[in-house]
Amino acid sequence: MTRYSAWSVFKNGLTGQRGWERAWRDPEPKAHYDVVIVGGGLHGLATAYYLAKNHGVRNVAVLEKGWLGGGNGGRNTTIVRSNYFMPGNRDFYEHSLTLWENLSHELNYNVMFSQRAHISLLHSPGARDAAARRYNTMRLTGSDGELWDLARLKREVPHLNYAPDARFPIIGAAVQPRAGTARHDAVAWGYARAADQLGVDILQNCEVTGVRRDGGRVTALETSRGEVRADKVGFAVAGNTSRLWQMADLGGLPIESHKLQAFVSEPLKPLLDQVVVFGVGGAHFYISQSDKGGMVFGGDIDWYKSYAQRGNLPIVQDTAEAATSILPCLGRVRLLRHWSGVMDMSMDGSPFICKTPLSNLYLNAGWNYGGFKASPGSGWYFADLIANDRPDDTIAHFTLNRFERGVIIDERGAGPDPKLHG
Amino acid sequence: MLRINCPFCGERDHSEFTYGGDASIRYPALDAPAEVWHDAVFLRDNVRGLQRETWHHVSGCRQWLVVERDTLTHEIVSVTAAHPGVAAALEGEQ
Repeated sequence: MTRYSAWSVFKNGLTGQRGWERAWRDPEPKAHYDVVIVGGGLHGLATAYYLAKNHGVRNVAVLEKGWLGGGNGGRNTTIVRSNYFMPGNRDFYEHSLTLWENLSHELNYNVMFSQRAHISLLHSPGARDAAARRYNTMRLTGSDGELWDLARLKREVPHLNYAPDARFPIIGAAVQPRAGTARHDAVAWGYARAADQLGVDILQNCEVTGVRRDGGRVTALETSRGEVRADKVGFAVAGNTSRLWQMADLGGLPIESHKLQAFVSEPLKPLLDQVVVFGVGGAHFYISQSDKGGMVFGGDIDWYKSYAQRGNLPIVQDTAEAATSILPCLGRVRLLRHWSGVMDMSMDGSPFICKTPLSNLYLNAGWNYGGFKASPGSGWYFADLIANDRPDDTIAHFTLNRFERGVIIDERGAGPDPKLHG
Repeated sequence: MLRINCPFCGERDHSEFTYGGDASIRYPALDAPAEVWHDAVFLRDNVRGLQRETWHHVSGCRQWLVVERDTLTHEIVSVTAAHPGVAAALEGEQ
């Protein structure tokens, strides 16, 4: 496998770009693997990579029903941050952010991680007090966070609507400087290439159609490319976890499938150097500018359950309203693309990385709509769980039985209703 | 855009409604065991296909409706009043 470097770019530039090898193999499925991960998204690929890298488990397959980067990994707003407050969330996302900081180097693949700062706009003294509490807690526990007053914010982000008659007048911002964005497809490709190099079989166009059980164990997965036996199985699919769960005859889950839309505009000259987020009342909006110049933005989920990977016009209107209220200069910018992904919305807005009622089946699910930033940490701890058959303390809260025990991790304080955990 | 045929108001855009959730859930008796309450409050079948769900016609007649909808295709098969007594009472007035 060619190692990517300035020298390899230079050499191939002089030799007609003919020296590049394919980035990962396209193997036939083996009959048996030590570990099979269902789902070739960012979480599944990261899990496979860390299984091989951290735990020496090399006989691993990742089953992907479509193609890499074709699911939610390729359709999100690319934001990476760790500005969480709740114990159980905070340490996990902070570890994930530290993995992001070295990811391009580690994978020998440029994931274009850009620590351009994540700016949450504040609109009331109450919101400022809540942000001070959250960001001070972050600082006390080893993360980074700042509160900016209006003068500083105007200097750093000049184009926002600072008018006193704005829909939600801005009074300042809570900022995480180490947060930012990454190139979503590159993360999938980078993990796939690095995992493949360590011997992981990445099987695309391989849809799981059935789960074979022998009492309290999974013995094999039926797939569109034949039966695959496994000693251990990990589920890491977004949106369709319930269907796999039912194939394994395990009943209901604290998850509903909802869809989230996101948008990208035509490319513009440099306009916004940071990720800017606001959320007040019914309005919710986040925006950044990609390296190609497109404004990448999104808002709320569609408010009703769906497995259809297509959105609806009321959300387009809501998001466009939010965009023009916060950045009026976008008023005449044309929309280039608009897409919709299906997500696992859990009952408390927090994920699951845990063991299941079956002794060799492990679950990674319920990322709601914040799964992108979590993917390195999620893969790290899910691999650790599968390899050692016990959860690390950092993910000990991410269990299915937390609802029975009354220890839900409700960062938003919205209660047990998936549609409210946007 | 979904169009929901409200039995009281006629066909309207779904933006007039709010989504209530899975209508198949039956809440247990108040003194039912905690496990039974756990299942009703937190566990979902999360159907991919035809599901019964509640919608509130919040910007119309303000009635709760039961909508049978395909969660994959968004096709709506039937819409009825969530509380049959309400429909009967309204019909009796006419």
